[in-house]
Parts: sequence; structure tokens; C-alpha cells
Amino acid sequence: MKGTSPRIPSGCSITGIFNRKAKRFSGADVIKSIRLMHDRSNGLGGGFAGYGIYPQYRDHYAFHMLYDSEASQRETERFLEKNFIIDRSEPIPTRPHPNITDAPILWRYFLRLKPYVVEQFSASQDAKHMGEAGNGLSEKNYVVRQVMDINQQIDGAFVASSGKNMGVFKGVGYPEDIGEFYRVDEYEGYMWTSHGRFPTNTPGWWGGAHPFTILDWSVVHNGEISSYGINKRYLEMFGYHCTLQTDTEVIAYLFDLLHRRQGLSLEHTCLALAAPFWKEIDRYPEAKRDVARAIRQVYGSAMLNGPFSLVVGFTGCMIGITDRIKLRPLVCGQKEEVVYLSSEESAIREICPAPDRVWTIRAGEPIIVTLEEGVQP
Amino acid sequence: MIRSLVSPEFLVKIDHQQCRRCKRCVLNCGFGALSFMDRVVPDNNKCVACQRCVTFCPEGAITVERHPLTFKNNWHWSVDNIRAIYKQAESGAMVVTGMGNDRPYISYFDHMVLDACQVTNPSIDPLREPMELRTYLGSKPNALQFKEQDGEVALDTRLSPQVILETPIIFGAMSYGAVSLQAHKALAKAASIAGSLMNTGEGGLHKELYPYGDRIIVQVASGRFGVNQEYLERGAAVEIKIGQGAKPGIGGHLPGEKVSQEVSQTRMIPEGSDALSPAPHHDIYSIEDLSQLIYSLKEATRYTKPVGVKIAAVHNVAAIASGIARAGADYVYIDGFRGGTGAAPTIIRDNIGIPVEMAIAAVDDRLRQEGIRNQVTLVAAGGIRNSGDVAKAIALGADLVAIGTAALLAMGCHLCQKCNTGNCSWGITTQRPELTARLDPEEAAERLANLLRGWSLELKEILGALGVNAIESLRGSRERLRGVGLNQVELDVLGIKPAGR
Repeated sequence: MKGTSPRIPSGCSITGIFNRKAKRFSGADVIKSIRLMHDRSNGLGGGFAGYGIYPQYRDHYAFHMLYDSEASQRETERFLEKNFIIDRSEPIPTRPHPNITDAPILWRYFLRLKPYVVEQFSASQDAKHMGEAGNGLSEKNYVVRQVMDINQQIDGAFVASSGKNMGVFKGVGYPEDIGEFYRVDEYEGYMWTSHGRFPTNTPGWWGGAHPFTILDWSVVHNGEISSYGINKRYLEMFGYHCTLQTDTEVIAYLFDLLHRRQGLSLEHTCLALAAPFWKEIDRYPEAKRDVARAIRQVYGSAMLNGPFSLVVGFTGCMIGITDRIKLRPLVCGQKEEVVYLSSEESAIREICPAPDRVWTIRAGEPIIVTLEEGVQP
Repeated sequence: MIRSLVSPEFLVKIDHQQCRRCKRCVLNCGFGALSFMDRVVPDNNKCVACQRCVTFCPEGAITVERHPLTFKNNWHWSVDNIRAIYKQAESGAMVVTGMGNDRPYISYFDHMVLDACQVTNPSIDPLREPMELRTYLGSKPNALQFKEQDGEVALDTRLSPQVILETPIIFGAMSYGAVSLQAHKALAKAASIAGSLMNTGEGGLHKELYPYGDRIIVQVASGRFGVNQEYLERGAAVEIKIGQGAKPGIGGHLPGEKVSQEVSQTRMIPEGSDALSPAPHHDIYSIEDLSQLIYSLKEATRYTKPVGVKIAAVHNVAAIASGIARAGADYVYIDGFRGGTGAAPTIIRDNIGIPVEMAIAAVDDRLRQEGIRNQVTLVAAGGIRNSGDVAKAIALGADLVAIGTAALLAMGCHLCQKCNTGNCSWGITTQRPELTARLDPEEAAERLANLLRGWSLELKEILGALGVNAIESLRGSRERLRGVGLNQVELDVLGIKPAGR
């Protein structure tokens, strides 16, 4: 991609809204919320993830693509045709915006799997390397592999998102402008997350904006992962290639690896990523201590170290978490069935002036928001 | 008969104006280089520059200098070469020495620099925030499984045995025999104080060290000296020694002069006999043989202790380490070519093996490529000189490091490289009672524990500067290293970028 550069540390604003009854609402709210934190970003990146936005294609993998050129689009489409059934292919709708320039080609595809490809993939060396051959995870591993291949091998093509019934809209600009440009207000979803970016040492590029995704995981992140070097090498052992050279990328992959592939609960996944200090673990009751200690022993290389606050989304769930000494802010709010997470309380009150509760979340302790019982996304 | 052609290396100067003829220097010299005839008379030929007399002269009347050059300057034929030839022409023997490779090979540690945080990711102040160095020695699975138990989530995976370390620095293998019992006690006590480990080397475990067993790695080497059921049971971990950085591919050499009664009992060999451990283990001629020994030792200790394998860093170290991991070892200890020894042929010490920096990088890469990095703890050793080296070794991929020479220095060693003679004036690498009595185990233990504490504090500062608060966030994080003055191939092997990128 043009403007690709080595790892870009960044400051930022993040926000997330989640309706626990899965009632869908317009993206206008999330734009309004992130707009208030304009000063936390510098116009070099903004983005949104919406969940539940494609109910008519709920069983399709929705690929949002950024292309540098028509050539990279053609090459990618040949790749997609070979590996998927493309049921719909269209430009991502945008409206002209005075502050958004130099947009790449933005395209989306609704994809189904071809018969037998998963079986073939399961038998392949690749799948064996991912350690999951034939245990029911193969379909998603197959999709992960295709995303990795596009990002790694096709010049000028970048997968912005690849999950079901969700999509990511991101680019270079202030987040509120990006939201208007992508007409985010015209979609309805039960969960929205957003990010305003303040990269510090290089101009941003479209692919480098948040959210970062794999399958239906999306991550918006304020901070920098100082342990990026080892997190990246750890993930490589399991077949993930960190091609985007942005620390946030590893977070999405770590959630995918630990929760989806290795079957850790979300609580345990968070325990691995923002582990308690040993002196706390030593004080836990025995059973809890054994679990926490084993998680640190085994998943030490997955621990995220350095300043961060995160909002992680995936189908039917939103997670807020900070690093274990909380070097970046994160506030949680709740009004009836709607839960808010944001860098600043003001950004919550901007769209929900009288929340039932607002609280600052504690260092390293995750907020895991799920749908109410019996509610389907 | 002509006088020996081997000229003295050092020149001992006594200031007879200052000297009060107290003879303390004469008593202190373990090498018999000083005698008293009316006044102190040095024999330069015997001086090894261990600095014992210099340190203990109450008047400061002694200086030891390098002997002025007696040969015409020659870049190809160095003084060391010439001297070795004279010695061998006279003796017809191998030249033997102690300590590690002292040749001027490049030190990759000195060509790597660490990162620090500025603004975008804040540095962390270790004086005000927790900073964690705790490390577990032992094999870890790739993933954990959980189960429901009484309505609670409990571990389903049973982890292999793990030894807890409060600092990622342990003591390297040094045998009783090569070093004195006093030195062994000091190492064991210091390991206990610091939450670290000492390593018996191949000389068995003296009964006086039994109380420190949970802080001791017991070694099983090719000579099997001192190996019995109780020995294995006393240790916190068991280590199969295949090779040593100072002398890859050859066995151990403990001269009979050092085999005192106590040493003989501990090693289970006759008093005064040379303890020559064979080059290979006579029951290990392949990787599957090694695997059998690993599992024999696991069986013998009922799977309660990690069983590791120590190898020297040689050209093909990555493939060997991978084989060892797959053979069932819980840790792999890689000893680089700077690693020390109690005695080794100089030619072997100075010409065989590769730098530990390269070895660790290659092994860590290989284990990751094969997806088995979690299976083993990786210990790096061989010439670790300070906490900067420790941090760099860990950033390259080691879980922890072992120090030998640095530990000896902490006890008073002056690196004279004469351990093989058994005359150590500092009481460290000798069995002569009048010399070993000089090393107070309590005091030496305190000095060793101080060293570990000092380095650990420095490591915490380094972590804080890097903006992380746990050692596992540095482990294998080569992104935090940059090379200075290295070519592209060297950078590629180390897996690091050059400074400025």
C-alpha cells in the first residue's frame, strides 16, 4: 500500500456503543461521540466498526477492501474468485467530503465458501501448521489464511475487514469526517466502535487506521504495545503474519488465537493479555492462583505490555480493557440495555446525557459486555 | 641442559623502601612465586598475576606488571603463539588453561543496543511501579485446557514441573573439585538468598549442600561422577551435560591433585585419581539415546523435576537444540564459546564453538519455525559480563542466562586463568586446605547475592526504560534491539535491524 511504513506508534481516542438487546441503531451516535474528542486525534486516521449492519448477508463473509490501483483490484478479484463464491461485489458507498482526499478504491464483497475447499485446506500443510486440521475450526482458519495471503502477497491491496454481518470503515482524516465520508450514519448496527488517531512519527495511511480486524474481531486501540516484538513473533508461530507493521494488529490476532482457536474463555484471554502481577497472583486462593499462574507461564509471550486502552468487538460481544498499570484512560457507562466505553466520560454524555451509571474501569480488569440472555445478534 | 625458553609473562616489583618484611605476601601466594631471603624475592617465572599479594600487602609495596616485550614485534607470530611452542617443545604435551576464550573475536553483545521509550509510550519507573523478573524454568504446553469443577473453572492441563526463579540469572555449572567446597557453599547460599539456582557441574553434591537442594541443578555428565538416587532426588532440576562452551566435543579434566578425600567421596572415585570424563556419554551415540536418558532421569525422579540438556554452541546448534526439545528435554542450556572452564586444552578453548549471541538467535528462530518454542526453556551462557548482556541475550530469545566467570569474579577471582593448576590463591579453584580456608562461604555468598541483586535492579531499570514491566515482554522481543557496526548477514542471523531503522 502506498505510504506503508514501519510500525507507527500513536495516541488516540476510542469509543464503543453496544445494545445488549441487539437493537440496531444508526451510526450517527458513534460519529457524534467521537467528534467530541476531536483534539485527541490529528487528522491522520479515523475509523468505525459496525456490527449487525448487513442482516441481508448475515451468513456471508463481508470483505471490505482498500485498493491502491485497478491493477491490485483486478489481481485481488482473481484471487477471490479462485478461493470463494462472490455473491455480491460493489463499491463501498461514500459521499464527497471536503476534508477527505486521496481515497483508495473502496470495494466490498459478500463471499461464500466453495464446497470442498475447507476439506482440502484441512489436509494441507498450512492447516497443519496452524495446528487445527479437522477440528471444526478449519473454515475460519481458511478465511484467515486468505486474508493473510491478500495482505502479504498482493501489492496495493488491503483487507479492512473480513467478518460476517460486520464491516469496517476507515481512512485518513478526522474520524467524524471519515464517518460522514463513508455514510456511516446510514447504517444500523447493534454495536459500533470508533477510533480517532494521532500517529506520531509518520503520515498515516488508509490501511493503518483503526479498527484492525480479523474475521469478526475488531480492535480500536489507544496506546502503544511495547511488547509488540515478542507478540508478533509469538503469533508467527501459529501462522499469523503481521504485515501491517502496526502494533494494534497483534491484538486482533491474539484474541483470535487464544479465544477462537485455543478455546480460552474471554476472561482467561483477558487474563493472558493483561496479566495480574505475580504478587497479586500469589495472594489468590489456590484454584484461582493455579489458573492465573499457568496462564502467565504458558501465555507470557502473548501478554500485552505498554500503555493501552482497547475496545474489542466481535459478534455479540464488546470488551473494554486497559494495560495492567492503566497508562491510558477508559470509562464505562450504562443506560438501560446500552453500554458505552470511551476514552472520556464527556464522549459518553455527549450521546447519553443521563446514564444510569458511569465508572472508570480498573487497571487490567476487563469489562466484557454480552447480549442479554436469549438475544441473537 | 639449557634454561627454559619460556620467558616470564609478568614482572613482580617489590618496593623495598615500603616493604616491612611482614612476609604476608609470601604466605598468600598460592603459586610459590614469592620467597623470603632477607627480603622478599619474586620468581617472575611463577607469577600468574592473580593479584593476591598486591591486594594483601599492607604497605602497598607490590606491583605486578606485564613483562616488557622480549620478542621482536610480529603481527602473525604473537607472543602467545611463541610461548606455547616453547612450552610444547619442552614438554611434548597439550597446553592446558582455565577460564574462557580470551581471544579478540568480535563480541556481538558490544554491537547491539537496546531501545527506550520517549513520549509515545511512556517509560515506567521501577522505583515507583512493580517490575517483574520472575521466570519459570520448565517446559510449557502450547495451550491450556480448562474444565468445570464444582461450578468453578479449573485447569485441565497438567503442567510439567516448573522451578520458580525470582531473577532470570542463574549460576552456571561449576563442579566441586574444580572449585572448592567453600565456593560451592557460597553459590548454593547465594542462590537461596536470591531465589536463583546453582549448578553442581559434574562433580556430585557434597552432603553439606543438601539443605540447599531446592536451589540446585544437579548435573549428569559423561563421567557420571557422584550420580546416585539421592543426588537426583536432592536437586531442583536435573541436567544432562553433553558439552561445554569452553571445550565442545571433549570431556572433563580434573587433575588428581585436586581429588582430595572429600572430593573423592563426593565424586565416588579414588582419592588422587584423575577424573577424566569421556568426550561423549558412552550410552549416548544418537538423539534417541539422549531421549532415553532424559526419560530415565524423569522416571528416576518420578516426573517431579525438569530435566534439561546442556550443549556447547556449535555450528549446527539450531538443529541440535530442536532435536533435544523433541527428545523430551524441559530446558536447553546453550553455552557459547566464551564460556569458562576449570581446565581445557587452550587450542580447543580458543578455536571451537560459536558466540552465544548467534547461537541463541538461531535456536530461538528454529524452535519458533517448528512451533515448539514453548516446549523448552532456553538458557544462554558463555561470557555474560553484565546486566546489559543479560537483557540482550533475553531480547534475542533466551528465557534466562547462566553466569560462571562473573560469579567467580564476585567471589574474588582475578581471571588469571590458572584454575587447572589447583593453586588458586583466592581459595576458589583449589582443594589445598590452606588456600580454600581463605574463602569465607558466608561472605562470598553475600557478594554473589549482591551481584545478582545489582544486576536484577539494573534489569528492572532497563525494562522500565523499555516501557514494559515484566521480563516476558522483553523475552524474544528483538524489535527492541538494534545492531551497530554489523553487516547485513550478521543482522539477519541475529534477527535485528541496524540502528536508524
